[in-house]
Amino acid sequence: MKFLTEYRNKEIALAFSKKIKRIAKNKWVIMEICGSQTHTILRDGIDLLLPENVILVHGPGCPVCVTPLEIIDYAHELSLRKDVILCSYGDMLRVPGTKGSLNDAKAKGGDVKMVYSPLDALEIAKNNPDKKIVFFAIGFETTTPMNAKAIEIAEKEKIENFYVLTSQVRVPPAIEAILNSPGCEIKGFLAPGHVCTVMGYEEYEPITEKYNVPIVVTGFEPLDMLEGIYLLIKALEEKNYTVINQYKRSVRREGNKEAKKTILKIFETGDMRWRGIGVIPDSGFVLKQRYKKFDARNLLADKIKSEENKLCIAAEILQGKKKPTDCSAYRRICTPENPLGAPMVSSEGACAAYYKYGK
Amino acid sequence: MCLGIPGKVIEVYERDGTKMGKVEFGKIKREVCLSFTPDAKPGDYVIVHVGFAISILNEKEAMEIFKTFKEISRIEDEISN
Ligand code: SF4
Repeated sequence: MKFLTEYRNKEIALAFSKKIKRIAKNKWVIMEICGSQTHTILRDGIDLLLPENVILVHGPGCPVCVTPLEIIDYAHELSLRKDVILCSYGDMLRVPGTKGSLNDAKAKGGDVKMVYSPLDALEIAKNNPDKKIVFFAIGFETTTPMNAKAIEIAEKEKIENFYVLTSQVRVPPAIEAILNSPGCEIKGFLAPGHVCTVMGYEEYEPITEKYNVPIVVTGFEPLDMLEGIYLLIKALEEKNYTVINQYKRSVRREGNKEAKKTILKIFETGDMRWRGIGVIPDSGFVLKQRYKKFDARNLLADKIKSEENKLCIAAEILQGKKKPTDCSAYRRICTPENPLGAPMVSSEGACAAYYKYGK
Repeated sequence: MCLGIPGKVIEVYERDGTKMGKVEFGKIKREVCLSFTPDAKPGDYVIVHVGFAISILNEKEAMEIFKTFKEISRIEDEISN
């Protein structure tokens, strides 16, 4: 397929591998933020092509994994209400909550529907005027503009039974939180190519200056990733602390202006809780006052008591401090069929990637 | 959920004031919202996330990268021979 297969050439991958080995003189710990890239690394054995002194650690860029447990429990509770249809991306349905997953809620009689896009949820709202339709709007900057668009359309078309339950997070404040955490060994980052396709990379420039770290905006195919790693190691060896754009075919410095405009019409930045990591200042997008009537949090008054599974070390995994293989439950108790934590469920979770590719 | 894969635009139209299109991913065709890529036209390749195109792929940049790839292969071959 065009724009895919040509980025999977084995000979060029091996050439990159040799080149990286040749230029990497020091020990470098680098992090890929994005969970899709974690999957590419494990699927294609990118880590095996790197010299021992280049260490890849996996970051928090799994939207399903960082969605707080309280919000999952909230969605569970809402879906059990007779007047609510809860619409969610498929990945979210299997994440265990305190009282079970959304799939369990469905088995208990909750109306839970899997959708591919917030526009699908909007369609369901139009077709079910007597029900409240809640779209579980989770994700990074890549899916925030779509949530904003759905709200914009709902307002324009006066679809008054459409609500969003949001957990929308931003990458740059998470990078800063990781760099500020005690004992951080990470010296450079691969920034997620599609987040930057939407937002551009201006926001990353002050980070490179403040912390002396290079950041390479990187694509998702094996050769994209190898080139991204090569550029990052080269920048580290040359002490070139800037943003470099490897994924030029999709990313422009200013990002996608239309998408950004739509986000900022409906949302503003605000403090946000990341599952396992805690609250990171200004790291989320929340509804502006004017659009609060779309907030599904208004629908439930009760407090929900959420409880994390004691065995799961997802918090450390999401910060790159531990690998799935360090978890005592990994493979023995926690499997994709019986996941204890979100990183084993999601197609972008590190535990699922390790499991699938046989680590 | 973040499956941002490239597809080829084969049709562009408007529905209720929103720019939409048909996009082909290999053998699969899907309706995609094009409101964030207002310049998309049939023949363009777009990256699609949760039912929306987020960028039109730049063919010139895509070709450039292959030059780099070839160059890297050539240099590494020379060094090892
Ligand atoms: S293997 Fe399972 S229990 Fe362990 S960290 Fe991953 S998701 Fe949590």
